[in-house]
Amino acid sequence: MQFTFFHLMPYRPLDMVERHKHRSGWVVLPNSLYDPKKGADEYQSYIEQLVYAEKLGFDVIAVNEHHQTAYGLMPAPNLIAANLIARTTRAKIAIIGRALPLVNNPVNLAEEFAMLDNLSRGRIVTGFVRGIGNEYHSTGINPFFSHERYQEAHDLIVQAWTKPGPFSFEGEHFNVRYVNPWPRPYQTPHPEIWIPSMGSSETVKWAAAPERKYPFLVTFSARDLIARYLNVYRDQARAYGYEASPSQVGFASPVYVADTDERAKKEAAQGMETLFNDFLATPFQMLLPPGYSALQSMKNTMRMRKALGATKRHTIDELMASGTVVVGSPKTVRDHLARLRDDTRAGKLITMLQFGTLSDELTKRNMEMFASEVMPHLRD
Amino acid sequence: MPGTETKHKVRDVNVRMLRGGSGRPVLFLHGANGLPQWLPFFEQIAAKCDLRVPEHPGYGTSDNPAWLRDIGDLAMYYLDFLDALGEPKVHLIGQSLGGWAAAEMAVRNCSHIASLTLLDPAGIRVKGLLSGDNFIWDAEESVRNLYYDQKIPDQLLSAPVTDEQADIALGNRFTTAKLGWQPRWYNPSLERWLHRITVPTQVIWGENDKLFPKEYAARWGAGIPNCKVEIIPQCGHVPAVEKPEVTAKIVLDLIGRS
Repeated sequence: MQFTFFHLMPYRPLDMVERHKHRSGWVVLPNSLYDPKKGADEYQSYIEQLVYAEKLGFDVIAVNEHHQTAYGLMPAPNLIAANLIARTTRAKIAIIGRALPLVNNPVNLAEEFAMLDNLSRGRIVTGFVRGIGNEYHSTGINPFFSHERYQEAHDLIVQAWTKPGPFSFEGEHFNVRYVNPWPRPYQTPHPEIWIPSMGSSETVKWAAAPERKYPFLVTFSARDLIARYLNVYRDQARAYGYEASPSQVGFASPVYVADTDERAKKEAAQGMETLFNDFLATPFQMLLPPGYSALQSMKNTMRMRKALGATKRHTIDELMASGTVVVGSPKTVRDHLARLRDDTRAGKLITMLQFGTLSDELTKRNMEMFASEVMPHLRD
Repeated sequence: MPGTETKHKVRDVNVRMLRGGSGRPVLFLHGANGLPQWLPFFEQIAAKCDLRVPEHPGYGTSDNPAWLRDIGDLAMYYLDFLDALGEPKVHLIGQSLGGWAAAEMAVRNCSHIASLTLLDPAGIRVKGLLSGDNFIWDAEESVRNLYYDQKIPDQLLSAPVTDEQADIALGNRFTTAKLGWQPRWYNPSLERWLHRITVPTQVIWGENDKLFPKEYAARWGAGIPNCKVEIIPQCGHVPAVEKPEVTAKIVLDLIGRS
C-alpha cells in the first residue's frame, strides 16, 4: 500500500459552547471566535506534523481546501503545499483537493499546480473535488451547476497542462480566449489527479473511464460503504473492459493507534467525537444545497433521513463499530486495515492521524505508533 | 368552484395548468414553492375573470426542458405562451419568483399584457437591505418565515407529507436554485429597464415580508412609470394566501380600470 498522511488543520481552540449557538461550524460561525495568535500556533504545529510524516516514512503528505469553517484552516491549500515543498525532499505532496466549481477561472488552478510541480521538481499530486455543500453558501456559486462547472473546469485544466498554447476554451461556464500557462507542469503529461469522493455513482463512472483511470478515494465512510463504493469502481472498470489496479483505489479514515485497545479508545474519543459532532456537523440544507447531488440521489437521502429521524451526537463506540474510524492497538488497527485492503484490493490508504481536538502530543505518538507498528505490516 | 386541471402545450413544452371562471383573461405565475392548490384568492379572481394558473416548466409534473437556464428563459417561455393563447391582451399577476418572471416579460414586450400585478416579487436588489436567505433556512423556517400569522404555518407543518409531495418539493427547489441562487434573487440589469413596463401596474407587498423587505416595494414603484404601490399590514411574503380578500380586491380594481 501507499501511505498518505493527510491533514485538515482544524481550529482546536474553538469554544464549543459558542459553536453550538450557531446552526453550523461552517459559513455562519462568527470568525470573532478565531484568535490569530492561537491560529498561528495551530499552523506551526500542523506543518511540523506534515514535515515529520515524511521523516517517519509516509509516501505522501496531503492537505485540502475548505472555506469559512473551523473544520479546516486551509482556504488556500497551495500556500501550505509551497511551504511543504521547501521543508521536505522526498515525499509526494498532495493537494486533495481543490474545489473546481468554486473558482471563476480554472486556468488559475492549472497555473498554481504547475508552479508547485516545478518548485517541487515533480512531487505534486492534485485532487479534483466539487467542494462541500456549505461552500456553495460561502462562495455564492450556484450548486445547480456544480457538476457542469466541475466537468468543464477539469477539461480546461487538463487541456491547459497538455495542449500546446495558446488555444481558446469555449465552455458554458468558462470561456477563456487565451489559454497559454507559463510554466507548464514538471511531470509528463501532468501531475496525477486523484478523486476523493463520498461515492456518488456519476463520479465513479466518470473517474473510472479508460481515458482517465483516476485514482478514486472514498472519504470518511463506514467500512461497508467503503467496500461497496470501491467495488462499484472496480465493476465499472470491468464494464469499461479493464481491471482496476490497486493504485487506482483507496480510502481515507481517521486512525488512532495506542499500545492497547482500551487506551487507544480513551485517548481518541474526544478528538473523534469533536471531529464529527462539532467541526463537521452542519444542517442538511447547507450540506446538500439543491442540485449539488443528482435529484434521485437526493430524494433517496431525504427518505433515509425521514426514516432515521432526528440526528444525535455520534459516540466513539458507534464510529468504531461502523468502521468510520479505526481505533485500537497495533494489532486491531493492522487487522482492520488489512481486511479492508483485502476486501477491496485498495492500494492507497489516506490516514488522518490528527483529528478534531487531538493534541500535538497525542498526534505525535499516534503518528509514531502508526509508522512503526502498522505501516511496515501493510507495505507491499 | 375549484379550477379544472388541464395540460397546456406551448411549442415542445407540456405544463400542468389550473383554469377557472370566465371573463377577462388573467394569467397567474406562481412562486418558488410551485403550483399551489386552487386558493380562495383564485376563487375570487375567477368569479369575474378567466383565470389560468400554469405550473412553470421545471416545476412539479410540468416538463423540465434543458434550455431553461435562467429567469430570462422563463420570461421568454411565457411570452411564447401569451402569443400562443390568441388573446389580444392578458392581465398578468406574479407572486415572488413568478412576479420576477412577469416583470422580465413586461420589460421585453408588453404588447399582449393588459395590466401587471406584482405580489412581493423577486427580481431587484436594494443595497443595504438584504433579502432573507431561504436557502439556508431549514424546512420549518422556510415555511414559518413566509407568514405573519403563524397559524398558517402551524397548519401547513402539521399536515403529513407523502413521499410524492416531498419529491416534488425537492424538484421545485432544484429549479428554484437554478433560477435564483446567484445573484441571489435578482437580475442586476432588470431595474434599469423597468421604464419599459408601459401597462398599468400594481405592486402589492406584505408589510412583514421576511424574504424581501417591504422597502423593495417603493423601488419597484419608482422604476415603473404607471405604478401604484400597496403595503398590506400584518401580512408576510404571500398576500394572496394570507390576505386573499384585500389582495383580490386590489387586483380586480386594477383589472377593471385597465
